[in-house]
Amino acid sequence: MTEFPLLTLIIWLPIIGGIVVLASGETSASISRWTALAFAVLTFVLSLGLWIGFDPTTAEMQFVERAAWIPSFDVDYYLGVDGISMPLIILTTFITIFVIVAGWEVITYKPSQYMAAFLIMDGVMVGVFSALDAILFYVFWEAMLIPMFIIIGVWGGPNRVYATIKFFLYTFFGSVFMLVALIYMYFQADSFSILDFHGLQLGMTAQILIFIAFLLAFAVKVPMFPVHTWLPDAHVEAPTGGSVILAAIMLKIGGYGFLRFSLPITPDASAALDWLIILLSLIAIIYIGFVALVQQDMKKLIAYSSIAHMGFVTLGFFVVFTIVQDPALSAGSVMGIEGGMVQMISHGFISGALFLCVGVLYDRVHSRDIAAYGGVVNTMPWFGAFMVFFAMANAGLPGTSGFVGEFMVILATFRADFWWAVLAATTLVLAAAFTLWMVKRVVFGEVKNDKVAALKDLDARETFNLGALAAAVLALGIWPAPLMNVMHSTVENLVVQAGSCKLPPDEREDCVLSRAEPVAALLDGTARP
Amino acid sequence: MENVYLTIVLAPLLGAIVAGFFGGKIGRRGAHSVTIAGVAVSTGLSLWVLSRFIWEDEPVFNDAVYTWMVSDGMRFEIGFLVDKLTALMIATVSFVSLMVHVYTIGYMADDEHNWPHGALSGKNSYQRFFSYISLFTFSMLMLVMSNNFLQLFFGWEAVGLVSYLLIGFWSNRESAVFANLKAFLVNRVGDFGFILGIAAIAMFFGSMDYAEVFARAPELADTQVALFGGVSVLTLICVLLFIGAMGKSAQVPLHVWLPDSMEGPTPISALIHAATMVTAGVFMVARMSPLYELSETALSLVLIIGATTAFFMGLIGLVQNDIKRVVAYSTLSQLGYMVTALGASAYAAGIFHLMTHAFFKALLFLAAGSVIIAMHHKQDIRLMGGLRKYMPITWVTALIGSLALIGFPGFSGFFSKDAIIEAVGASHLFGSGYASLLLTAGVLVTALYSFRMYFIVFHGKERMDEHTRHHLHETPWVVTVPLILLAIPSVFIGWYTVEPLLVNDWFASGDWNPILVAHEHDTLHHLREHWHGQAAFVQHGLTAMPFYLAMTGLVLAAVVWWLIASRNPKIDEQLQRLGGPVTRALQNKYGFDDFNQRVFAGGGRSLGRALWNGGDRALIDGVIVNGSAKRVGAMAQRMRYLQTGYLYHYAIAMIVGLVALLTLFVTF
Repeated sequence: MTEFPLLTLIIWLPIIGGIVVLASGETSASISRWTALAFAVLTFVLSLGLWIGFDPTTAEMQFVERAAWIPSFDVDYYLGVDGISMPLIILTTFITIFVIVAGWEVITYKPSQYMAAFLIMDGVMVGVFSALDAILFYVFWEAMLIPMFIIIGVWGGPNRVYATIKFFLYTFFGSVFMLVALIYMYFQADSFSILDFHGLQLGMTAQILIFIAFLLAFAVKVPMFPVHTWLPDAHVEAPTGGSVILAAIMLKIGGYGFLRFSLPITPDASAALDWLIILLSLIAIIYIGFVALVQQDMKKLIAYSSIAHMGFVTLGFFVVFTIVQDPALSAGSVMGIEGGMVQMISHGFISGALFLCVGVLYDRVHSRDIAAYGGVVNTMPWFGAFMVFFAMANAGLPGTSGFVGEFMVILATFRADFWWAVLAATTLVLAAAFTLWMVKRVVFGEVKNDKVAALKDLDARETFNLGALAAAVLALGIWPAPLMNVMHSTVENLVVQAGSCKLPPDEREDCVLSRAEPVAALLDGTARP
Repeated sequence: MENVYLTIVLAPLLGAIVAGFFGGKIGRRGAHSVTIAGVAVSTGLSLWVLSRFIWEDEPVFNDAVYTWMVSDGMRFEIGFLVDKLTALMIATVSFVSLMVHVYTIGYMADDEHNWPHGALSGKNSYQRFFSYISLFTFSMLMLVMSNNFLQLFFGWEAVGLVSYLLIGFWSNRESAVFANLKAFLVNRVGDFGFILGIAAIAMFFGSMDYAEVFARAPELADTQVALFGGVSVLTLICVLLFIGAMGKSAQVPLHVWLPDSMEGPTPISALIHAATMVTAGVFMVARMSPLYELSETALSLVLIIGATTAFFMGLIGLVQNDIKRVVAYSTLSQLGYMVTALGASAYAAGIFHLMTHAFFKALLFLAAGSVIIAMHHKQDIRLMGGLRKYMPITWVTALIGSLALIGFPGFSGFFSKDAIIEAVGASHLFGSGYASLLLTAGVLVTALYSFRMYFIVFHGKERMDEHTRHHLHETPWVVTVPLILLAIPSVFIGWYTVEPLLVNDWFASGDWNPILVAHEHDTLHHLREHWHGQAAFVQHGLTAMPFYLAMTGLVLAAVVWWLIASRNPKIDEQLQRLGGPVTRALQNKYGFDDFNQRVFAGGGRSLGRALWNGGDRALIDGVIVNGSAKRVGAMAQRMRYLQTGYLYHYAIAMIVGLVALLTLFVTF
């Protein structure tokens, strides 16, 4: 597996592509667009190689590449993927194509720089998902902010400066604490390898501090209540493509961080503080659900909806600790994490598609206000069909991908606690209410004004974008098994990590995670029918 | 057989896809041909399957089609369970659907007039409508043929989706898009319980498969969970699942969406909101009888909710003037009868009434639709009257439907309704006395509202305007043929099926019995033991209370709305005024709508605004985020004075510092 540096290629090809597009200058928009699209498609095709060559039977890292980078600090250029990061990488390269296509004729101000920013973004985000060296991870993590900062700051709306600064400070604020934690662990492990961190035995105080440092970084990214207010502002000001990347990929990096760092490195602290995350997740689902209901701006509404849906992700990840501590429950922990993972992938498709839908309307009418629309289906029937479809997916209709993750997380949460599940299940009503009420006001009804009356239905480019995402949403909803299959081994291994006590020997009596039998049974295969 | 079952399900889906995506290319004729062909295939095969179950002892089919996913050792599959219960359901669903498809050709023929000029979505609305009803047929068949809870939920939500699309079909009408949102959300409240019920099954049984869950249910009969001060696992599961059924089958207090759903075109009111989708809850509870039998608490709840719906919703039907709303309240009331039967453990009687009701209620809706076509889409019965002269086929079939509905002896509804009333009377569960009383009284109400409408519409003075009267004529054959084809089973199906369904325990095949009834709950045993054939049952019915009540209602209706009304046309209004507060309560539908609108819709919006303004904007952004930014700014503002850039400021600072340091050194 190590011979062909596939991951390096997937990271650097789009970045080089971005530089090429930049170098081509603004002389011909057409050349920049086509070059950008070619690089994006090629990157996506290459990333499919990860899926094809992936061995789902092992939890080991695959496609590993390792070379010394800064030897004096033991920093390596160390890449690899497992069943958690691989689907996220493919999601990244997949979504980038639509972002390039969505900006095709819409972006007239410096189109080549716009395209280049997204290509570089593509490579950097793949880097985040595949880095196995903490410093490399941190570099990619911070590098991600730069293209997004530029995208919002240059191509954004009227209030873009406030939004970019808020976005940058919020996310940067979180990540500096993470850096401190990473350096602390380097001194404990004598290595920056994330996998070596997984083997550390850390005292409870250290674990709690590390957990909180990570939480600050990841919670901002997810975003979790109460550090979510940057997201609606960033979305409102970002151009359509920026919103799509933000919602579809960048939020997932927070969720990914919990799985890669918090759960396996600080299981005991996670188990001690899981109530906090679960509380914040439930607040995200309910509080944000009500807030989404009253939004007047379509993008804000979808942004709030994203926060509520990401609440399901963190809920699924952290109910695990209640389940593994209860000897009466034989299974359920894997389902929570897998549900959260599916929810992340699915939310990538659905929120991306919804932002593209808003973009379609914005490009024509130049307003995101719900009140500026009404009766759109009369003039744009195909658009109406897509909008209703994605709205239904957002409301978690079975048969769409939006259902799979929610369903699994509710099933897992029910095992942990009946009342948590009751609160989580309110999303069935809330998500339907805020999404479909928007659809009612925008899509249905009588033609509201002359602008709506003059609307033209989707063109070929827009139909391609929305059609491809609709196909992905349906495919994942009708048959999620292929996605689940690549995750099983990794998630089962993760549950073992998260379910075992990692306190040093002198603190062993404080272990609450000592009971790992259900997990062990699961690995033996005895818990499987 | 797997291929046969797959074909039954997929043929309508294929029709829906072709008509939906290529409607513009294949045109109207293409769209209705392809969808009708698809549903006809399903109907033919379903009837064949049913006949094999009746005469050839077809074995039960229970197998997965594909594995949806596996997680945590639990398999989630898509698969079919076809036993006699399923066979009966698919035959009913596909037959009614086929009738509605044919009828739609006539009903939607001039649909472009329902759309504003130039609306692109109105251009192929005919094709789209056929696509939707075929998609509905697919979803409903998936629901009833499922062998597991996952697919049940899929079908459950998919029929809800199509119902949403069809209620709001005329999307430029504000009332229609209000009604479809309301229908979806109220159903979602039910689904909230339903999904928790499924989660409970996943937790306690570790499986989604019906057969596995039913087999293990008795083991859990005595298991308690520490909720609400200790409640049995099965009570919890059954009550949660029933909340779902209350949404879908429109039981009080989740019934509020069904009357509003009449905003949709009439064919779907017949198909979805009378004959099939709304009976999904009834079917589901009957399917889950092995679970419900183990929880008397849940059965009592079912009994009480069902009876409440049956009686009180029927009453509202008395004061409605919209022809479709009268039929809608009648549907609510009849659904209540079915649900009450389930609560009394007379699952077979509930399913029996589901089937007879599917025929006669679809018939009544389609007859109402026929009247609406003739009346140029006016639905107010006060503007009708004397229609029997103009539309004889509609008149006779509507009369047949009404007689079946009120349970006139010999008609299909008589057998099913009498069986239910008798079974509830035999029940000993908590609430059965209440239920029995309401159901019996409900017979009078049913006869009153049914024949009030019948006489006002088809008899008496012709109250329509001259223009409409001039154009009145019987509707085309695509409308009347389905009426006739539905009228036939409305009369006869009860007579022919009552014996196998209720007496001979037909549902059991081999060692698989989909409808399990615990011995102490067996409320149909009296009927079984005293069974001397249909004729004797009819004869017995002629001497029983429900018959007298029905006749009283019929005669009363004839006197008031035919004899008196022909001399005094204002009698209906006068009677309503006489009712005073009672009429007002009925006209306000007991205030459910106002309450929901104010508390849930309004309350939700106010809460959202409060949280947004108070939480997100004022507290988090105002105080914490921008607040800390401001404080940093203010601090910097003060710090700025330290670096003014003026040399003399620095000089004086240096001098002060030097003096201070010198003093320090000198003193110590």
